[in-house]
Amino acid sequence: MTDIDVPITTKKDWASDQEVRWCPGCGDYSILTAVQMLMPDLGMRREKTVFISGIGCSSRFPYYMNTYGVHSIHGRALPMATGLAVSRPDLDVWVVTGDGDALSIGGNHLIHALRRNVNLTVLLFNNQIYGLTKGQYSPTSEEGKVTKSTPFGSVDHPFNPVSLALGAEATFVARTHDLDRAHMMGVFRRAHDHQGAGFVEIYQNCNVFNDGAFEKITAREARPRMLIPLVHGQPVRFGDTNELGVMVDRQGQAHIVNVADVGEDAILIHDERHDDPGLAFLLSHLARGPSEPTPIGVFRAVDRPDYGSLLNHQVVAAAERFGPGNLTELLSSGTTWQT
Amino acid sequence: MTETTGHPMHELEKVVIRFAGDSGDGMQLTGDRFSVSSAIFGNDLSTVPDYPAEIRAPAGTLAGVSAFQIHISDHDILTPGDSPNVLVAMNPAALRANLHDMAAGSTLIVNTDAFVDRNLTKAGYAANPLADGSLTGFTVFEVPMTSLTLEAAKPSGAKSRDAERSKNFFALGLVSWMYSRPAELTLDWIASRFAKMPTVAEANTLAFKAGYNFGETAELIGGPFTVKATAFKPGTYTSISGNTALAWGLVAAGQLAKLPVFLASYPITPASDILHELSKRQNFGVRTMQAEDEIAAVGAALGAAYGGHLGVTTTSGPGMDLKSETVGLAISLELPLVLIDVQRGGPSTGLPTKTEQADLLMAMYGRHGEAPLPIIAARTPGHCFYAAIEAVRIALKYRTPVIVLSDGYLANSAEPWRLPAVDELPDISVEYAAGPNGPDATFLPYLRDPETLARPWAVPGTPGLEHRIGGLEKADGTGDISYEGANHELMVRTRAAKIAGIAADIPPVDVDDPGGDAEVLVLGWGSTYGSIVAAVERLRRRGLKVARAHLVHLNPFPAGLGDAVKRYPKVLVPENNLGQLTALVRAAFLVDAQVITKVQGQRFLYSEIEAAVLAAMEAGA
Repeated sequence: MTDIDVPITTKKDWASDQEVRWCPGCGDYSILTAVQMLMPDLGMRREKTVFISGIGCSSRFPYYMNTYGVHSIHGRALPMATGLAVSRPDLDVWVVTGDGDALSIGGNHLIHALRRNVNLTVLLFNNQIYGLTKGQYSPTSEEGKVTKSTPFGSVDHPFNPVSLALGAEATFVARTHDLDRAHMMGVFRRAHDHQGAGFVEIYQNCNVFNDGAFEKITAREARPRMLIPLVHGQPVRFGDTNELGVMVDRQGQAHIVNVADVGEDAILIHDERHDDPGLAFLLSHLARGPSEPTPIGVFRAVDRPDYGSLLNHQVVAAAERFGPGNLTELLSSGTTWQT
Repeated sequence: MTETTGHPMHELEKVVIRFAGDSGDGMQLTGDRFSVSSAIFGNDLSTVPDYPAEIRAPAGTLAGVSAFQIHISDHDILTPGDSPNVLVAMNPAALRANLHDMAAGSTLIVNTDAFVDRNLTKAGYAANPLADGSLTGFTVFEVPMTSLTLEAAKPSGAKSRDAERSKNFFALGLVSWMYSRPAELTLDWIASRFAKMPTVAEANTLAFKAGYNFGETAELIGGPFTVKATAFKPGTYTSISGNTALAWGLVAAGQLAKLPVFLASYPITPASDILHELSKRQNFGVRTMQAEDEIAAVGAALGAAYGGHLGVTTTSGPGMDLKSETVGLAISLELPLVLIDVQRGGPSTGLPTKTEQADLLMAMYGRHGEAPLPIIAARTPGHCFYAAIEAVRIALKYRTPVIVLSDGYLANSAEPWRLPAVDELPDISVEYAAGPNGPDATFLPYLRDPETLARPWAVPGTPGLEHRIGGLEKADGTGDISYEGANHELMVRTRAAKIAGIAADIPPVDVDDPGGDAEVLVLGWGSTYGSIVAAVERLRRRGLKVARAHLVHLNPFPAGLGDAVKRYPKVLVPENNLGQLTALVRAAFLVDAQVITKVQGQRFLYSEIEAAVLAAMEAGA
């Protein structure tokens, strides 16, 4: 899809004239900036780029991009984006969604878009709260969470979005967070360049209804000990001096260990291209929540033909095999008789 | 084998035959082959299947009975007939399930071999109806079809269990002789259909011939009869069901609009056949997607429409419930979209395989907010083809979702259909927006065509037209988010005016009133067409002055409807619901329209409409 005649653009060209209306201090701003800064580097044309969203704070995103965009209905961005991406493979289709939009009301569409491997990029803003409806717990909120709709604490067990995507055998799965623009841009670029469904969970702070949800792991001083960077082909190591690592035991369980205790050879080597999503799944729920050391980066990136390409190949092959459709022949294809 | 020398030929104007047996007895196939023979023979015909909702209900039970009714005639007919003249019953359950539809004096052809104690018990018979005198008043022909089939099929070498399965061809042979259908057509068909299974082909051929010859020699049947060829309008004909006609109509509409068809659907009875048929048509550029649910199906169709394709989704009532929020989005985005609702009995899961017309008010009003859209109803299986094209034409021209209402009866019944000349079908193509339309080379996505009030269809990929739209209320012209009260009222009224304005783009109501002085207007919509026309013809033959009109466009109503319903002293509206069009007509025109209802999962018989109109006229006299 790379087009060598794409005009040179800057971040400004990708920003629409609409006033951005998220709450001051919202994590969404930094994600928007990361996307707008990335777009000039992707080699895509503005008119070929489409952002589709559902409903929620994050779903205002398309209004701020100077591209084509649709702010659709709650949970249904992925069906619309699927129809568009499949019928128009020449377009660069992005879906912007949140934890309620993608995992609660739209959960069914997410798993099916991922298993089909529709050629689009999903940015899931996970703030573990319903913001637009002013503060109810979400399907990623931790157990016991006290919100307006759970004054005595939530009794719901949360989804882990990366685990869910891997369970659906998504071909590209990554996690990043709103306080690290360079990391976001790197992950977004890879998700975009991936042929098929690129799924990115973004830990995003809602400073009004769930402030500091990810602070324990994303605060600058906490990151070395609390974020585990995944690098393909490299041992999974972290810590102030890289003293910690992830090891898989003989029962297939992942543990955080002192590298000095087990030896470097015992540390798991990250393989994002492994055909089986099992190891990536282990890593995805290494942390029970954003208060423990949490892997970020690309969990899985494997090649599998995308749904639209397969369907469009069938359409081309059918025309070659049967010839282009002839309506008169179709109407006469059953038993006919003359009077 | 067409020689019938020695038997006088009795000529009939028409005959209605019902084949009934167990689900596994091949009654649909038998009926279908009889239809093809009759069509090629030159009769007008109309057929309707009646099969159980269960895939395979227990053999021999009432729930497992599968039937196929065919009406053949020497003149133009529009319904599969009221009461059958002949019932072929392959077992006791088939007899018991269908006997109540048989008039006194009609003919029963029963497979006596199946009337054994076990089958009688399964069908709920305490005594054998062939022996207890309960069939007095019918002409009963007792034929041991199973044993005659087994005997006939012996030379094929088929095992008796396999040979027994050929008994439907025995029945077909017998009825083919009885009504002088040419045997060669069926024999040729058997040869080609079972070419890869020579033993089966031979057993079926022998069974068919045995049935045919049984009629010839046994002289039990009182035949043969003949129904002369119909004086059809010259042309090439094929037999078509409503679902196939809808699918072909969509293929045609894609060609006429010069747009690739994108169909996203979720399997649901009785609409799935449209998905099946279109899935075979990839060489027309048709893309089909079996979505994960009804909501995803309409969403994907809308996404494709946003991308400039012809977006379509097909479903039945429960699916319509689920799609309604996305239909509202399509109304707000003002994008072309076609929804086909093959109605079935409701509410909820209701009667999945049975017909009903009870989704009209949902189509009309089943969305939150002021959310009008055009509604089109098909009236015969063949008309489904044109209904699909008309829906696409309106959707594209006015950038609006359009609902097409078919139903379970139209979906599965079939009639001879004169093939249209493809080059005489209308060009329904529209233009995408190509460039800026506002001041300073800006693009205003909600700047409307002054005539149609349609907004530009600006598809992604067009340079300079990048814009953002959504389900939030939009400012007139710019399409920017607007919460301003006066703008909302303007947009609500504009969307309503756009749909109402379509009335000027459709034919005015066509009232059939030969004398111009009818005392009653019978107003219908959808699949009641055939029964209403037949009933009105019979009423006129009685000397009654009855006018008739049938609506294809349910929203907006065609011009002249208000005058028509006010012109007649009495307006009667037969509907397979409790009065949905009746309510719309009463509300729109303040007339005392009266409904004639039937909600039994079955189409109206023309005699039912005839009786109801007569009763109403007598009551009003």
